[in-house]
Amino acid sequence: MSHDQDDNRTDLGRPDLGRRGLLKCMGWAGTGALWTMSGGVGAAISLDQALGAPAKAASFSFLQISDSHVGFNKPANPDAAATYREAVAKISTLPQKPDFIIHTGDITQLSKDQEFDDAEQIIKAAGLPVFYVPGEHDMLDEGGGKAYLDRFGKGTKGAGWYSFDHKGVHFVALINVANLKPGGMGSLGGDQLEWLERDLKGRPSSQPIVVFAHMPLWTVYADWGWGTDDAPQAMAYLARFGSVTVLNGHIHQVTQKVEGNIAFHTARSTAFPQPVGGQGPSPGPLKVPTEQLHSMLGITTASITRGHGPIALTDQTLADPTLAS
Amino acid sequence: MNKILLAGAYALALAMGVADLRDLAAYAAPAVAAAAGPTVKIDNFVFGPEALTVTVGTTVTWINQDDIPHNIVANDKSFKSKVLDTDERFSFTFTKPGEYGYFCGLHPHMTGKVIVKAG
Repeated sequence: MSHDQDDNRTDLGRPDLGRRGLLKCMGWAGTGALWTMSGGVGAAISLDQALGAPAKAASFSFLQISDSHVGFNKPANPDAAATYREAVAKISTLPQKPDFIIHTGDITQLSKDQEFDDAEQIIKAAGLPVFYVPGEHDMLDEGGGKAYLDRFGKGTKGAGWYSFDHKGVHFVALINVANLKPGGMGSLGGDQLEWLERDLKGRPSSQPIVVFAHMPLWTVYADWGWGTDDAPQAMAYLARFGSVTVLNGHIHQVTQKVEGNIAFHTARSTAFPQPVGGQGPSPGPLKVPTEQLHSMLGITTASITRGHGPIALTDQTLADPTLAS
Repeated sequence: MNKILLAGAYALALAMGVADLRDLAAYAAPAVAAAAGPTVKIDNFVFGPEALTVTVGTTVTWINQDDIPHNIVANDKSFKSKVLDTDERFSFTFTKPGEYGYFCGLHPHMTGKVIVKAG
């Protein structure tokens, strides 16, 4: 079963509702929306409904944080470190304690040591293990990503890719911000694709897979470079698996697509929003009225129920009231 | 224009009895330097002008006017800037004729070129 991109984009950003309307609606609901992926169909149920489910249903959950841009201080958000701190504080209010955090890149604004230091200090407050991939903002040191690798890349391969297993789920961290080509989008490169093929080989198709990378692994908006040129090759290796969840950042807004058994999802930033693809002069920071900023920043929770394919993703904004535990 | 301003400034300095004209020269220098070569402005993730034609020996200066950092990387790697934060600049002097395609290493969909003609 397959849906093309337009169908799914229509689902998420219904023209009669619009992005702002959708956010307002979610704000009105007082929670986030919970997306369940089943048989290739994305469906939203209310978070209250989901929380009403028996607690034992979920084997474990993990959290996605993205695009913290520590060091950013421009008009769209004069203090990105402060909103990152708020996002991390949200974690302790979640009804289920996540097993770990994945950070999908753009940890810092300019790859400065001080920014990396501050970012590490801030996320430490969560008291959880953190698995990173770099964004293009984390590759700006003299060594072109060496500063990132020295801190977070121990035991990784190439530009920093790796995989691990957790409670039966296989996690794959891919790097698509290194060695970018003129006129292109994100890029995985031949070495990493070969590694991915080997990494997946021999795994049962029933094993749930979670892939995370900074830039979207599907083409969200090519004119702004929102995609990864050689992602289709990676998806070909993943197509045989019954449950694949692809988590990305980079575009600072929630968007999703389902293709076969692969569910693609991008998370909000904790620093500043960006416009919907093509709706604005550039993908630069979107300046919104101060009172709206928190409703456009957020985190994503992924809940896994062992033996029940779909991984539920819950997007929560910094403006959402604290969830009762 | 600069000469007239500078002459005016000298006259003013003399009238005010300023002894050390070196300070004044230093003050005037940035304006002269900025006018020395063509500039490419980075605005809304676009290099403007996208194509620039210069003669050999010309120094081109890129200025980032976005709230997001960019850099300038030659397609053939013959030049590469460090990352440019808001309002930061990078200059490169072209010493050989040819067509130099370049892109932003962070946002590679941003491309431009400098066409260098023999003087």
